[in-house]
Amino acid sequence: MKYEELVHRCFRCGYCKFTEDYHDFNCPTYRKFRFETYSPGGRMWLIRAWLNNEIKTSERFQQILFSCATCANCVEHCVFTFKDDLVNIFVAAREKLVSEGIIPPAVRDYLKNIYIGGNPYKEPEAERGKWTEGTSIKAFEGQEYLFYIGCVGSYDERAKKIARSVGNLFLKSGLSFGILGEKEHCDGNEVKVLGEAGLFQYLAERNITQFKEIGAKKIVTLDPHALNAFKKHYRELGATFEVFHSTQILAHLIRSGKIPLSSYEARVTFHDPCYLGRHNGIYDAPREILQSIPGVELLKMRQNKADALCCGGGGGNFFTDILGGGKDSPGRIRVRQALDTGAQIIAVSCPQCAKMLDDALKAENLTERLEVLDVSEILNRALA
Amino acid sequence: MKNILQALADAVGRDYVSDQPEEMYFYARDPGLMPPHQPDYVVVPGTVEEIQTVVRLASREKIPIVPMGAGMALTGLIIPLKGGIVLDMKRMNRILEVHEKARYALVEGGTSQGFLKSYLEEHHPRLRHSIPDSPATATIAANVMIHGQGRLTQQYGFNSDMVSGLEVVLASGEICRIGSCAVSPDWFSKGAPFPDLSGLFLGWFGATGIITKIAVKLYPRKKMRDVEIFLTDDEELVPSMIYELTHTEMVEDINIFVQPRPMIFRGNHHIALFFTGDTDEELEFKRKLIWHALDPYIKSKDGGFMGIPPVMKPTLLDMPQKSVSRFADVKKGGGFEYSGPIILVEKYPQCARKIVELAARYDLGYSGMARIIGRGHSMMYGFAFTFNRADSEMMARTRSALCEISLFVLELGGVFWKPTVEEQKMALEKMDPNTRALMKMIKANLDPLGIMNPGNWEVA
Ligand SMILES: Cc1cc2nc3c(=O)[nH]c(=O)nc-3n(C[C@H](O)[C@H](O)[C@H](O)COP(=O)(O)OP(=O)(O)OC[C@H]3O[C@@H](n4cnc5c(N)ncnc54)[C@H](O)[C@@H]3O)c2cc1C
Repeated sequence: MKYEELVHRCFRCGYCKFTEDYHDFNCPTYRKFRFETYSPGGRMWLIRAWLNNEIKTSERFQQILFSCATCANCVEHCVFTFKDDLVNIFVAAREKLVSEGIIPPAVRDYLKNIYIGGNPYKEPEAERGKWTEGTSIKAFEGQEYLFYIGCVGSYDERAKKIARSVGNLFLKSGLSFGILGEKEHCDGNEVKVLGEAGLFQYLAERNITQFKEIGAKKIVTLDPHALNAFKKHYRELGATFEVFHSTQILAHLIRSGKIPLSSYEARVTFHDPCYLGRHNGIYDAPREILQSIPGVELLKMRQNKADALCCGGGGGNFFTDILGGGKDSPGRIRVRQALDTGAQIIAVSCPQCAKMLDDALKAENLTERLEVLDVSEILNRALA
Repeated sequence: MKNILQALADAVGRDYVSDQPEEMYFYARDPGLMPPHQPDYVVVPGTVEEIQTVVRLASREKIPIVPMGAGMALTGLIIPLKGGIVLDMKRMNRILEVHEKARYALVEGGTSQGFLKSYLEEHHPRLRHSIPDSPATATIAANVMIHGQGRLTQQYGFNSDMVSGLEVVLASGEICRIGSCAVSPDWFSKGAPFPDLSGLFLGWFGATGIITKIAVKLYPRKKMRDVEIFLTDDEELVPSMIYELTHTEMVEDINIFVQPRPMIFRGNHHIALFFTGDTDEELEFKRKLIWHALDPYIKSKDGGFMGIPPVMKPTLLDMPQKSVSRFADVKKGGGFEYSGPIILVEKYPQCARKIVELAARYDLGYSGMARIIGRGHSMMYGFAFTFNRADSEMMARTRSALCEISLFVLELGGVFWKPTVEEQKMALEKMDPNTRALMKMIKANLDPLGIMNPGNWEVA
């Protein structure tokens, strides 16, 4: 297994489970399951035991590995020098399971759907661009930016609204951009974190070739998960294009006066998506957008930025739901944390977080008191 | 055994009970060097009533029950030596009350040091507790259960001296309140002015009862905190230096460390002196008195204050000091264990020489760290060795070095802190027979079936 030489170095001291100031446990799976085995230290010790044949590949072991939200809270708070590789180690263990063909059915189904149909929704690829219907968003033909949507934004009803909302702002601002529509392919971020390295490489190489062929030099992603794949893993495979998240572009457009705003009165709290924040260090752009809207009062959740609690959708859980629900599921804890701020709106900048937190609001019976909106949707409400 | 699993699930909920190989593997061991032993079940209770039900079940079925905090004592005290149920207490982590004026906090039995620190900083910024340098997940109840020491130990004694009340579930499943809380709603004293019954539980490693609530005393938290380090290469002088320093009553905490790396540290004894103040004036006043206390040694060129590089200060002032945990990976191997006897400060020179000698003889990475307890009443001398978990031969050498230390400590008049089962046996053997008989009587009465953390403090 890759990183095998690191697994014995975990002291299981547990700093990885906390926020920086020890205010609360912040590892989503530990919060939910409360056995040490579901914490990063537990995983490290179990992976070692598994490699040494001291434990077998059981269903529970698979659950322990695949419930990890790869949120990187552990990477942020571990005190050891190998901390940067913690998520990589968990992914490597998943890779080994995948290569041995011993994976939970939900993971298998997700990967199978991508293999067969190119997306996890079992929808035709031809319908990827359907979300643009009724808009004047154009296909990419060498414009300055390629707007990359990803599977969730292309097929999920809630996420499609977010894609439209961002697209609308780009149009209003006069940004030169186009989309791939039916020619877009899965970015593979979740394929990678679910341990299918071969399929990921195939997807990545196909996308890199396509982006090169069509002359895309600047890519703006709707989904932080795609941003992560492009910025980190595609680079390793030779990609040279620039990558931005939509909030970075929107913040820039507001700064340069291209999105005229009137006011929108609301108390808003921002939830940092793991793949935007901890994984890629983008904390300011969405906040800058919200703060630029007259009337928006931005309220801080106690756990924010590098200490934000994951919505529970990371690491493939958005699709596989191995982390699961219940009152201690991270999504539900997160909306309760948002409620504590007195906010009316939970702002997000990731379609996966939007859906996860929407569902959590329903489960908590909080839909009358809180609303989950993408930063772009709040911006649209504030347009002059 | 299936019906026991079901009964446990009925008690705490199916999600919080496991008899699965993954949990059995993990909870069979701690990060130290003691051999593992698997439990039969791991239970993560959420309430006192759940614990009572589990203990009653354990008692009815004569199943061992081992309470566990973060498992950071490192000496195998949470390893279920005779199987049974490991009770992971960390779901019970609520802070129930902070009495600002009477300066105490009442917390549940699995509350971590980190939680209390963070809670106080946010809600009671003028109060603090005696936080140890164990990882922040370590629990308050377990720390006093092993008579731990923290940042305020030089001023107020062992952390267990700062307990101001306990709620305990006995082996029978009954709840018992210890201290003022037994007769009053207030948790300000663990015993006085009545007979102090806390000794029936503190130091017993869960072998006489399970702490479900604990009150600890809080102390003024000053606005500023600083550290000075006095260096000397003559270990013989350290005890008298400590005598002078404790006489000032100006110091928050005194730690003395020796370590071979970086090179400039080698051979020197670093006396780290922490002090606090609400104003610059107070801080500088204390600094001055601390400096003056050591004037003679500076004049005689036996030592001097070190200029602490600015990058080093946050590491030293960190609470808990994360750098202590980092020691585990010095050999790129994720392991360390220490023997930390409680011993007179005047034995410092022997201890400091011993660790260097053993490290050389066994070819081990080491760190010697003493923490002064009370105004020089004693010290904890930590003989810490780091080892590579993937190198069984190095682990065996570390074990041998620690065994030698056990013998050395007893000869020197020290007593074991958080002793391994072997050290407990050695201590009981050396103990005054009447004291030993008293311990036996207490254990037999409080745990007649021998189900509470069996193997620990068992008098033959
Ligand atoms: C890096 C490092 C630094 C350390 N520094 C310090 C230090 O500065 N000061 C210090 O004192 N210690 C220190 N320690 C030792 C130890 O980690 C601490 O004392 C810690 O507080 C122990 O808490 P725990 O929750 O990990 O205990 P555990 O190891 O889980 O338990 C210790 C004992 O208490 C019993 N127990 C646990 N919970 C209960 C309960 N609710 N009721 C009854 N019995 C219970 C257990 O059965 C066991 O016998 C350090 C350890 C490490 C690894």
